[in-house]
Amino acid sequence: MFGIGLLKGLSVTMRHFIESYLYDRKPWEPRYHEEWLRKRQSVEGKGLFTIQYPEQKRKISEHFRFLPMLVYDETPDKPRCTACGVCARVCPPQCIWIQRATDEKGRPQARPAGFWIDTTICMSCGFCAEFCPFDAIKMNQEHEIPTSDRDRDMFYSLEKLLVPVEYYAKLHPSDYAAEQQERQAKQEARKQEA
Amino acid sequence: MTQEIQVPEELKGQVFITTLSQIYGWGRRYSLWPMFFGVACCAFEFMAASAARFDVGRFGMDLARASPRQADLIVISGTVTKKMVPKIVMLYNQMAEPKYVISMGACATGGGPFKEGYNVVSGVDQFLPVDIYVPGCPPTPEALLAAYIALHEKIQNESIKKVRWYRREPIPEVPVPLLGGPDLIDPRQIPAIRQAALERPVEATAETSETSA
Amino acid sequence: MATDLGAIEAQLNQAFPGAVIDRDGDWLVIEASRLPTVAQYLRDEMGYDWLTHLSASDYPDRFEVVYNLYSSRPDQQGPGIPFKVRVPDKANPHVPSLTSIWKSADFQEREVWDMFGIRFDGHPNLKRILLWEGFAGHPLRKDWHEPYYEQEHKPFPSRWPHAQQPKPRSAEERVRWRANVQYPQGFDPDQWKPVPEIDVLPAAKIDLNGLETDQVYVNIGPQHPSTHGVLRMIVGLNGETVTSIYPVLGHLHRNHEKIGERNLWTGIIPYTDRLDYVCPMYNNFGYVVAVERLMGQEVPERAEYLRVIMGELTRVINHLLAIGFQFNELGAMFTPMIYAFTEREHVLDLFEEASGARMMVNYYRFGGVARDVSDDWLKRCRKVVDRLDRKIDEFDTMLSDNEIFIARARGVGAMSWQEMVNYGVTGPVLRSAGLKYDIRKVEPYSIYDTFDFEVPTFETGDIYDRYRQRMAEARESVKILRQALDRIPARGPIQAGKKPWNPKVPAGELYSRVEHPKGELGFYLVSDGGTNPYRYHVRSPSFVNLGALEAMSVGHLFADAIVILGSIDITLGEVDR
Repeated sequence: MFGIGLLKGLSVTMRHFIESYLYDRKPWEPRYHEEWLRKRQSVEGKGLFTIQYPEQKRKISEHFRFLPMLVYDETPDKPRCTACGVCARVCPPQCIWIQRATDEKGRPQARPAGFWIDTTICMSCGFCAEFCPFDAIKMNQEHEIPTSDRDRDMFYSLEKLLVPVEYYAKLHPSDYAAEQQERQAKQEARKQEA
Repeated sequence: MTQEIQVPEELKGQVFITTLSQIYGWGRRYSLWPMFFGVACCAFEFMAASAARFDVGRFGMDLARASPRQADLIVISGTVTKKMVPKIVMLYNQMAEPKYVISMGACATGGGPFKEGYNVVSGVDQFLPVDIYVPGCPPTPEALLAAYIALHEKIQNESIKKVRWYRREPIPEVPVPLLGGPDLIDPRQIPAIRQAALERPVEATAETSETSA
Repeated sequence: MATDLGAIEAQLNQAFPGAVIDRDGDWLVIEASRLPTVAQYLRDEMGYDWLTHLSASDYPDRFEVVYNLYSSRPDQQGPGIPFKVRVPDKANPHVPSLTSIWKSADFQEREVWDMFGIRFDGHPNLKRILLWEGFAGHPLRKDWHEPYYEQEHKPFPSRWPHAQQPKPRSAEERVRWRANVQYPQGFDPDQWKPVPEIDVLPAAKIDLNGLETDQVYVNIGPQHPSTHGVLRMIVGLNGETVTSIYPVLGHLHRNHEKIGERNLWTGIIPYTDRLDYVCPMYNNFGYVVAVERLMGQEVPERAEYLRVIMGELTRVINHLLAIGFQFNELGAMFTPMIYAFTEREHVLDLFEEASGARMMVNYYRFGGVARDVSDDWLKRCRKVVDRLDRKIDEFDTMLSDNEIFIARARGVGAMSWQEMVNYGVTGPVLRSAGLKYDIRKVEPYSIYDTFDFEVPTFETGDIYDRYRQRMAEARESVKILRQALDRIPARGPIQAGKKPWNPKVPAGELYSRVEHPKGELGFYLVSDGGTNPYRYHVRSPSFVNLGALEAMSVGHLFADAIVILGSIDITLGEVDR
């Protein structure tokens, strides 16, 4: 009969509409809560799918990458970066500039004097972090950073890029643990050799 | 606000005092009508921000209009090419005032990864007054929502006296860039280009050699 | 793997003595003046009826125009015939046009004219396609430099080690106009008259039931909600019936190929994400497969499975989104689209966990993938696959029997597969017309030959069949995903050997294609043995499929033309590159 197909389609949207109430308005369940979010947003979740941004936030993956950052171990004047330039060379849109530091006699030092990233060019590909031989450049996850001044806020220099290693460990715990393990293994191997 | 208004003791808790600008801005901030307009990749995250999970309807912006005449917010969601920029400027000129521009993503802000390309404009802000820049390639939908919130703040804090939309003198249109020649021509640069045409070729080669150095 | 080129060469030599002048690796070199006759013979007598790829490259002493022929005949559907034509006259290059034999040559020859300045004699409308009339120069020639030109290849030494305090000079600060523009010496804006952007609007008079009337043209786009991006179409109308469609491309021309030729081989991978931004995973896939064929690189088994899983997830969401957008155009505003976006979010969560980004994944590497996934990820992926299966059924219930949809879609935009082959149409659109042709089957890459799946086909190739085709293909993808998740090795390497940041690719030249969700995605690569490609060309399915839009739409109503455009499923990032 003409119209059956239409009604079948409308029944699907109707079911979605009803589900958004059935699964959302349970008075005994906490709303707008981590738990609520996990349930609604999961693959099995039904009904309302919306995140109540900014009160609620989507749980982003620990592997998520956005813009680069530079890691230092103890103090910001001793970054892990050695200014070897692999990141600047592998960067597909060439948005990284590095100047190597020199001592009083003009001999090059293994640390950067200047490090600039133009985030209006950066394509968030993560190659810099992937190919860095010193685990010095990593990807930040801070992504809700709208600005009204492009020149001031979107051209990152060394001061803005540097973050403590604890910050990195918090963002990417499993990557950090794997790197630490690898480093320890290397150190032990070196000890045994010695 | 410049001066604090004193509320008499007996009226405290009874009246609510605000400035005209504030209440006007409060009304305006929740009734933005964005333009239904996607440029490139970021348009997909723009749409994702409008879809079920992020739902811009909660910010009073779900009425995306396809006509610039009915819109007061344009989100430049992607790479602005030389071929496209005259049309974008035209669209902006046709929008109803007060109007706002969000530059979404690296490409719209500064050319992004395609900046070096020969057909790419290095930033839509060469032509349009951008209010909010959203970094990222592409920005996540949350980043776009944060930009909407930042824009709401900006609208809220606009003073009706100072903001340019409410001045007596008309706001000049943005001159539409000219296409069809050897390259994109910004009408504001025409006198300088004319000047350059009169110059001796020697100077121009000095310039190019400096460029390649 | 390759066709028996020797036999074909012998056959051609017998038919046209002296026409094949050389063998260049896997490519036959054909004499330019005899190109049309040889092409006609290849099509009509030998059954190679399908010109899928046409492009060119610029060498110091010559131009080369390259062609890739394939066959729709079931017995020779596999590898095709690659051949090329050499054009030594660099000052005034000419090649005979093949538009009279293959309509798919139309757009691609215009692109070559635009990018290289090679004239195709006999082409009916040899105009610039991606840039605009009046543009100075042909940008893909090696001696043409863009305004922000620094040097031939990346990496640029100005980034390291020559960067200087207090702040490196931006590209704007280096150039004269502080913008990405350049003008020829002595260019005077007062003397200059803009070339009108388009002059295909002849003031034609048409006969309407004995009344003489003007031809009406309606311009759609580039800002239009249903053009899938910044596409402009000039539609000629007689009443409400479409008489012609002229697509104006290039509003999103981002110079992918010029930038690609400057880039390192590795550096192109994230750029391919931005080609078809609905399916970044599959663009990565196509590119790394092409480069691995040049390098002779092996891929570990687990990585192959991960590649297939990511690729097929992409295919499902691409098809669901295509259906969602198509219903937008039919007037079912947003409901199917929002449902499709909901499923996309679930898949993107998986991508974010695996690769680190929602959209621009940059996940595939030469000889592997970027990051291994956890067991938990695989479990979640299985749940998502189950959910997608349910949701495809839900789409089916919601849309397939809808009487309004059927009334709008049946018989609209139909085209026979023979004609589609002539237009170079590939992918679901072609299969919906009845030709069983899927590169995953006829020329298997990765590990697709180990999976058990069908290539669905339908009969008429109208909009309704294209819809059903996408649904059926999404179901087949779910089938592949189930098998892949069952069989993926629990542990194992995901990268073959070391992963250098600047791999050298042995000298060579090839055209490699994969079955992208939208059709045949091909990469034409020329390597001179260095760390950068010498020539890098993307044969994108959307671009070539768009060539058939006019033929599909003429005679239908204006409102249907929009739906036909939607049913071809284009992405402008890929059309304009």
